[in-house]
Amino acid sequence: MMLSCKAATRLASAAQDRKLTVSEQIQLRLHLAICNGCRNFTRQIGLIRSAGRRLADHLDDEN
Amino acid sequence: MSLDSAALAAHRPYLLRYATLQLRDAGQAEDVVQETLLAALQASFAGQSTLRTWLTGILKHKIVDLIRKQSREAPLAGNGSDDEQLDDFDALFDQRGHWTSEDQPQSWQQPGAALESRQFWRVYEECAKLMPKRVALVFSMREVMDMDIDEICKALTITATNCSVILYRARMSLRLCLDRNWFGREGAAQ
Repeated sequence: MMLSCKAATRLASAAQDRKLTVSEQIQLRLHLAICNGCRNFTRQIGLIRSAGRRLADHLDDEN
Repeated sequence: MSLDSAALAAHRPYLLRYATLQLRDAGQAEDVVQETLLAALQASFAGQSTLRTWLTGILKHKIVDLIRKQSREAPLAGNGSDDEQLDDFDALFDQRGHWTSEDQPQSWQQPGAALESRQFWRVYEECAKLMPKRVALVFSMREVMDMDIDEICKALTITATNCSVILYRARMSLRLCLDRNWFGREGAAQ
Protein backbone atom coordinates (compact mmCIF):
# COMPACT_ATOMS: atom_id res chain seq x y z
CA MET A 1 0.00 0.00 0.00
CA MET A 2 1.55 3.25 -1.17
CA LEU A 3 1.82 6.15 1.27
CA SER A 4 -0.15 9.29 0.63
CA CYS A 5 1.78 12.56 0.36
CA LYS A 6 0.27 13.63 3.63
CA ALA A 7 1.61 10.55 5.39
CA ALA A 8 4.94 10.87 3.59
CA THR A 9 5.40 14.44 4.82
CA ARG A 10 4.71 13.26 8.36
CA LEU A 11 7.41 10.62 8.04
CA ALA A 12 9.86 12.99 6.40
CA SER A 13 9.39 15.36 9.30
CA ALA A 14 9.69 12.58 11.90
CA ALA A 15 12.91 11.42 10.25
CA GLN A 16 14.50 14.70 11.32
CA ASP A 17 13.79 13.91 14.95
CA ARG A 18 14.04 10.16 15.40
CA LYS A 19 15.25 7.08 13.63
CA LEU A 20 12.45 5.71 11.49
CA THR A 21 11.59 2.04 11.74
CA VAL A 22 12.77 -0.10 8.83
CA SER A 23 9.26 -0.34 7.49
CA GLU A 24 8.78 3.43 7.70
CA GLN A 25 12.08 3.97 5.92
CA ILE A 26 11.10 1.66 3.11
CA GLN A 27 7.67 3.19 2.69
CA LEU A 28 9.10 6.69 2.66
CA ARG A 29 11.81 5.77 0.19
CA LEU A 30 9.35 4.12 -2.16
CA HIS A 31 7.14 7.16 -2.01
CA LEU A 32 9.95 9.64 -2.59
CA ALA A 33 11.12 7.64 -5.57
CA ILE A 34 7.94 8.48 -7.42
CA CYS A 35 6.89 11.79 -5.89
CA ASN A 36 8.57 14.98 -6.92
CA GLY A 37 6.56 17.17 -4.56
CA CYS A 38 7.53 15.14 -1.52
CA ARG A 39 11.17 15.07 -2.62
CA ASN A 40 11.10 18.85 -2.76
CA PHE A 41 9.33 18.96 0.58
CA THR A 42 11.98 16.77 2.21
CA ARG A 43 14.79 18.91 0.83
CA GLN A 44 13.04 22.05 1.99
CA ILE A 45 12.54 20.97 5.58
CA GLY A 46 16.23 20.05 5.52
CA LEU A 47 17.03 23.59 4.46
CA ILE A 48 14.77 24.91 7.20
CA ARG A 49 16.85 22.95 9.65
CA SER A 50 20.15 24.36 8.39
CA ALA A 51 18.63 27.81 8.49
CA GLY A 52 17.51 27.28 12.09
CA ARG A 53 20.95 26.16 13.13
CA ARG A 54 22.47 29.24 11.57
CA LEU A 55 19.84 31.67 12.72
CA ALA A 56 21.87 32.91 15.65
CA ASP A 57 24.59 34.12 13.27
CA HIS A 58 22.13 36.17 11.33
CA LEU A 59 20.19 38.08 13.91
CA ASP A 60 20.72 41.73 13.21
CA ASP A 61 22.26 43.79 15.94
CA GLU A 62 20.09 46.76 15.16
CA ASN A 63 17.33 47.54 17.58
CA MET B 1 40.21 36.07 31.22
CA SER B 2 38.00 38.41 33.17
CA LEU B 3 35.44 40.43 31.32
CA ASP B 4 34.42 43.97 31.78
CA SER B 5 30.81 44.91 31.69
CA ALA B 6 31.25 47.15 28.66
CA ALA B 7 32.45 44.25 26.53
CA LEU B 8 29.47 42.23 27.65
CA ALA B 9 26.99 45.03 27.18
CA ALA B 10 27.96 45.25 23.53
CA HIS B 11 26.35 41.84 23.00
CA ARG B 12 23.20 42.68 24.86
CA PRO B 13 21.05 43.69 21.87
CA TYR B 14 21.96 40.50 20.07
CA LEU B 15 21.19 38.32 23.10
CA LEU B 16 17.93 40.12 23.56
CA ARG B 17 16.84 39.41 20.00
CA TYR B 18 17.85 35.80 20.38
CA ALA B 19 15.90 35.42 23.64
CA THR B 20 12.87 37.27 22.31
CA LEU B 21 12.73 35.04 19.29
CA GLN B 22 12.67 31.96 21.52
CA LEU B 23 10.45 33.22 24.30
CA ARG B 24 8.19 35.72 22.49
CA ASP B 25 7.95 37.74 25.65
CA ALA B 26 9.93 40.93 26.03
CA GLY B 27 9.91 40.90 29.83
CA GLN B 28 11.09 37.33 30.09
CA ALA B 29 13.71 37.94 27.43
CA GLU B 30 15.06 40.89 29.44
CA ASP B 31 15.24 38.71 32.52
CA VAL B 32 17.14 35.83 30.96
CA VAL B 33 19.57 38.21 29.25
CA GLN B 34 20.15 39.99 32.54
CA GLU B 35 20.85 36.68 34.25
CA THR B 36 23.13 35.66 31.42
CA LEU B 37 25.24 38.80 31.70
CA LEU B 38 25.46 38.44 35.46
CA ALA B 39 26.51 34.82 35.14
CA ALA B 40 29.08 35.82 32.53
CA LEU B 41 30.60 38.44 34.83
CA GLN B 42 31.05 35.83 37.52
CA ALA B 43 32.39 33.15 35.22
CA SER B 44 35.63 33.09 33.36
CA PHE B 45 35.70 33.12 29.61
CA ALA B 46 38.25 30.62 28.34
CA GLY B 47 38.47 32.24 24.94
CA GLN B 48 38.05 28.97 23.05
CA SER B 49 35.04 30.29 21.19
CA THR B 50 33.99 33.80 20.37
CA LEU B 51 32.55 35.79 23.24
CA ARG B 52 29.19 35.84 21.49
CA THR B 53 29.07 32.07 21.08
CA TRP B 54 29.99 31.64 24.70
CA LEU B 55 27.31 34.08 25.85
CA THR B 56 24.74 32.44 23.60
CA GLY B 57 25.58 29.12 25.24
CA ILE B 58 24.85 30.55 28.68
CA LEU B 59 21.70 32.18 27.39
CA LYS B 60 20.40 28.88 26.00
CA HIS B 61 20.72 27.30 29.42
CA LYS B 62 18.89 30.18 31.02
CA ILE B 63 16.12 29.95 28.44
CA VAL B 64 15.72 26.21 28.93
CA ASP B 65 15.72 26.64 32.72
CA LEU B 66 12.96 29.20 32.42
CA ILE B 67 10.91 27.01 30.09
CA ARG B 68 11.35 24.08 32.44
CA LYS B 69 10.27 26.12 35.43
CA GLN B 70 7.23 27.44 33.61
CA SER B 71 6.07 24.02 32.48
CA ARG B 72 6.38 22.76 36.04
CA GLU B 73 4.23 25.58 37.31
CA ALA B 74 1.72 25.51 34.50
CA PRO B 75 1.97 22.24 32.61
CA LEU B 76 1.56 22.67 28.88
CA ALA B 77 -2.01 22.90 27.80
CA GLY B 78 -0.79 20.13 25.59
CA ASN B 79 -3.39 17.50 25.08
CA GLY B 80 -5.89 18.29 22.43
CA SER B 81 -4.87 21.93 22.28
CA ASP B 82 -4.42 24.00 19.16
CA ASP B 83 -0.82 22.93 18.91
CA GLU B 84 -1.85 19.50 17.86
CA GLN B 85 -4.38 20.24 15.23
CA LEU B 86 -3.20 19.24 11.83
CA ASP B 87 -6.29 20.05 9.87
CA ASP B 88 -5.08 23.54 9.05
CA PHE B 89 -2.85 21.94 6.43
CA ASP B 90 -5.56 19.74 5.00
CA ALA B 91 -6.24 22.21 2.23
CA LEU B 92 -2.83 21.41 0.73
CA PHE B 93 -3.87 17.84 0.05
CA ASP B 94 -6.72 16.29 -1.91
CA GLN B 95 -9.05 13.66 -0.53
CA ARG B 96 -6.61 10.86 -1.17
CA GLY B 97 -3.93 12.74 0.73
CA HIS B 98 -1.95 13.79 -2.35
CA TRP B 99 -0.74 17.34 -2.92
CA THR B 100 -3.23 19.44 -4.79
CA SER B 101 -1.71 20.55 -8.08
CA GLU B 102 -1.18 24.12 -6.94
CA ASP B 103 0.30 23.19 -3.58
CA GLN B 104 2.70 20.51 -4.73
CA PRO B 105 6.10 21.77 -3.53
CA GLN B 106 8.19 23.13 -6.38
CA SER B 107 11.94 23.12 -6.16
CA TRP B 108 13.51 26.10 -4.40
CA GLN B 109 16.05 27.97 -6.46
CA GLN B 110 19.41 28.90 -4.95
CA PRO B 111 18.75 28.00 -1.34
CA GLY B 112 22.44 28.54 -0.56
CA ALA B 113 22.29 32.12 -1.76
CA ALA B 114 19.19 32.71 0.36
CA LEU B 115 21.07 31.83 3.53
CA GLU B 116 23.60 34.51 2.66
CA SER B 117 21.03 37.20 2.13
CA ARG B 118 20.10 39.59 4.92
CA GLN B 119 16.65 39.99 3.49
CA PHE B 120 16.06 36.27 3.58
CA TRP B 121 16.74 36.24 7.30
CA ARG B 122 14.23 39.00 7.82
CA VAL B 123 11.62 36.97 5.98
CA TYR B 124 12.60 33.94 8.01
CA GLU B 125 12.09 35.81 11.27
CA GLU B 126 8.73 37.13 10.15
CA CYS B 127 7.65 33.65 9.09
CA ALA B 128 8.77 32.20 12.41
CA LYS B 129 6.66 34.78 14.20
CA LEU B 130 3.53 33.51 12.46
CA MET B 131 3.71 30.25 14.34
CA PRO B 132 1.64 29.96 17.49
CA LYS B 133 3.81 30.61 20.52
CA ARG B 134 4.01 27.01 21.74
CA VAL B 135 4.74 25.71 18.29
CA ALA B 136 7.47 28.29 17.84
CA LEU B 137 8.99 27.35 21.16
CA VAL B 138 9.25 23.64 20.37
CA PHE B 139 10.56 24.47 16.91
CA SER B 140 13.23 26.73 18.35
CA MET B 141 14.32 24.20 20.90
CA ARG B 142 14.70 21.61 18.19
CA GLU B 143 15.97 23.50 15.16
CA VAL B 144 17.66 26.56 16.60
CA MET B 145 18.93 25.35 19.95
CA ASP B 146 19.56 21.84 18.63
CA MET B 147 18.05 19.99 21.59
CA ASP B 148 16.97 16.41 21.09
CA ILE B 149 13.38 15.26 21.39
CA ASP B 150 13.85 13.66 24.80
CA GLU B 151 15.25 16.84 26.28
CA ILE B 152 12.43 18.88 24.81
CA CYS B 153 9.75 16.50 26.06
CA LYS B 154 11.25 16.52 29.50
CA ALA B 155 11.58 20.29 29.69
CA LEU B 156 8.01 20.86 28.50
CA THR B 157 6.49 17.72 30.00
CA ILE B 158 4.89 16.68 26.75
CA THR B 159 4.91 13.30 25.02
CA ALA B 160 7.15 12.44 22.10
CA THR B 161 4.10 12.12 19.86
CA ASN B 162 2.98 15.55 20.92
CA CYS B 163 6.35 16.92 20.17
CA SER B 164 6.52 15.38 16.74
CA VAL B 165 3.08 16.70 15.79
CA ILE B 166 4.09 20.18 16.91
CA LEU B 167 7.31 20.03 14.92
CA TYR B 168 5.42 18.87 11.85
CA ARG B 169 3.13 21.86 12.12
CA ALA B 170 6.07 24.19 12.58
CA ARG B 171 7.87 22.87 9.52
CA MET B 172 4.72 22.93 7.40
CA SER B 173 3.98 26.49 8.33
CA LEU B 174 7.52 27.78 7.94
CA ARG B 175 7.94 25.99 4.62
CA LEU B 176 4.73 27.43 3.29
CA CYS B 177 5.58 30.94 4.44
CA LEU B 178 9.10 30.84 2.97
CA ASP B 179 7.70 29.40 -0.23
CA ARG B 180 5.18 32.20 -0.55
CA ASN B 181 7.40 35.03 0.57
CA TRP B 182 10.82 34.14 -0.68
CA PHE B 183 11.15 31.18 -2.98
CA GLY B 184 7.69 31.47 -4.41
CA ARG B 185 7.28 31.69 -8.14
CA GLU B 186 5.55 35.04 -8.26
CA GLY B 187 7.27 36.99 -5.45
CA ALA B 188 10.75 35.55 -5.95
CA ALA B 189 14.12 36.40 -4.55
CA GLN B 190 15.80 39.69 -3.72
